[in-house]
Amino acid sequence: MNQQVDNIAAYDVERIRQDFPVLDQQVRGKPLVYLDNAATSQKPKAVIDSIVQYYQNDNANIHRGVHTLSERATLSYENARKKVQTFLNASSEKEIVFARGATEAINLVANAFAEKISVGDEILITAMEHHSNIVPWQMLCEKTGAKLKVAPINEQGELVFEEFEALISNKTKFAAISHMSNALGTINPIQQMIELLHQHNIPVLVDGAQAIPHIAVDVQALDCEFYVFSGHKLYAPTGIGALYGKMEQLEQMAPYQGGGDMISVVTFDKTVYSKVPYKFEAGTPNIAGTIGLGAAIDYVNKIGIDAIAAHENSLLEYATEQAKRIKKLRIIGTAKNKGAILSFVLEGIHPHDIGTMMDHQGIAVRAGHHCAMPVMDFFGVPATARASFAMYNTHQEVDALMAGIENLIEMFG
Amino acid sequence: MLDDLRDLYQEVIFDHNRNPRNFRAMDDADRQIDGFNPLCGDRLTLFIKFADGKISDASFQGQGCAISTASASLMTDIVKGLTEDEAQHLFALFHKMATGEKVEMDELGKLAVLAGVCEYPARVKCATLPWHTLDALLQGSEEPVTTE
Repeated sequence: MNQQVDNIAAYDVERIRQDFPVLDQQVRGKPLVYLDNAATSQKPKAVIDSIVQYYQNDNANIHRGVHTLSERATLSYENARKKVQTFLNASSEKEIVFARGATEAINLVANAFAEKISVGDEILITAMEHHSNIVPWQMLCEKTGAKLKVAPINEQGELVFEEFEALISNKTKFAAISHMSNALGTINPIQQMIELLHQHNIPVLVDGAQAIPHIAVDVQALDCEFYVFSGHKLYAPTGIGALYGKMEQLEQMAPYQGGGDMISVVTFDKTVYSKVPYKFEAGTPNIAGTIGLGAAIDYVNKIGIDAIAAHENSLLEYATEQAKRIKKLRIIGTAKNKGAILSFVLEGIHPHDIGTMMDHQGIAVRAGHHCAMPVMDFFGVPATARASFAMYNTHQEVDALMAGIENLIEMFG
Repeated sequence: MLDDLRDLYQEVIFDHNRNPRNFRAMDDADRQIDGFNPLCGDRLTLFIKFADGKISDASFQGQGCAISTASASLMTDIVKGLTEDEAQHLFALFHKMATGEKVEMDELGKLAVLAGVCEYPARVKCATLPWHTLDALLQGSEEPVTTE
């Protein structure tokens, strides 16, 4: 307990806020309260500067050309790969493939596994997946004749573990599970899930898009075959993300796209592909974005992912307590193990009205189905409003959120 | 503190949201059609009955935000007694108003309370969904309408 108090005391949120230029503004005459971090996080100056630095001083294409700028750009790009490796505790940087984001990384894996899946096989996902971890597998099933199996959730928004277990059979050829739900905040017991799946020799992809800014990830300890995330939810630019894959898996997989940089020899008769990870990185990549991702990881490491998690958990706990005092408010997603997401509905007020009215008070929340329509159907709501917290949010901002909700309830009458 | 928001959320809108008019299924409708806004999940079913070349009854069911519910409520009230051409003309006017084009407000009558949406690009489709749905119905479509 004392340790925890010390950590929170040492956590200087005001100082962190100064590193994020975008936070220092008024929206509709009110100080901006940015609570849409689960959609995308803001970027610290260090990340913005790294992109400016690259374009102002080092801009060149990578992995070609012997000139100085190209060497600098290549070095920065490959350094970012090492930073991702260390951040995920992968055993080799070659196991890190850069992609546009979690969505592209999932599509890359689904595309490669299409060759290994046939009629009658099954793919297992959970009922709390984001569309990005549903649709690529549906497409795979359409292509191969495999079936998509969906492990259900309960009223709290938690995975029903026994039913998940019951869906595993010798037909199950792949499992894709989210680490943390973007619509509910639920954190899945992925270690246990992976262990169980491995008892049946089923490869597992973990969608870490939502978990990555909140939870320290160790892919070797998890032992998952694949882990994917998007940089932009981790304070990095949009358009860059990463796929971690075990080397033995990546080596067997077909390339995703053909083009430059993914080949070693091309003739009109035959092309020899590059080695992993380059065979998955066709074309000139998002070099600036990748460098930005490296800078974002440095920044997160400087603050400390565990300190960030403790701060966010304290915000979530406070927000949950306050929200429970509002009579017309119903929290959607009340899992025991939850990340910094407060999804809610207000009796008689549609989430889009909540979104517009909160915006009028300078408060950015998300209103909608959060790319998780099946989750909305399960809870019998068309949409929810969602406040999601990041390292720079404050307890005062939670107060502003609650006051904003009270205001709009009053206005609606 | 939310005074400027009153331009969008006028009292009439709250009233129609709380007590939407014509909010019922119509078993003997001549035509019915679904409208859907995939961006936000708003959906409605529109029912229309015709008599003597005019819309004799209009009703709707579904779920949506205050803006789309009020818009559907106001629309189903105002189109009763209009010919198809008159309803189409009103749709054209309403669409212009919602997207911020200049329009003769007198012709719009009660619908003018929704003029504020043109200041909120993300909400224009909430107001126009019922009208797009009506437009498709009048053109004889039976396929669900989407705003995207």
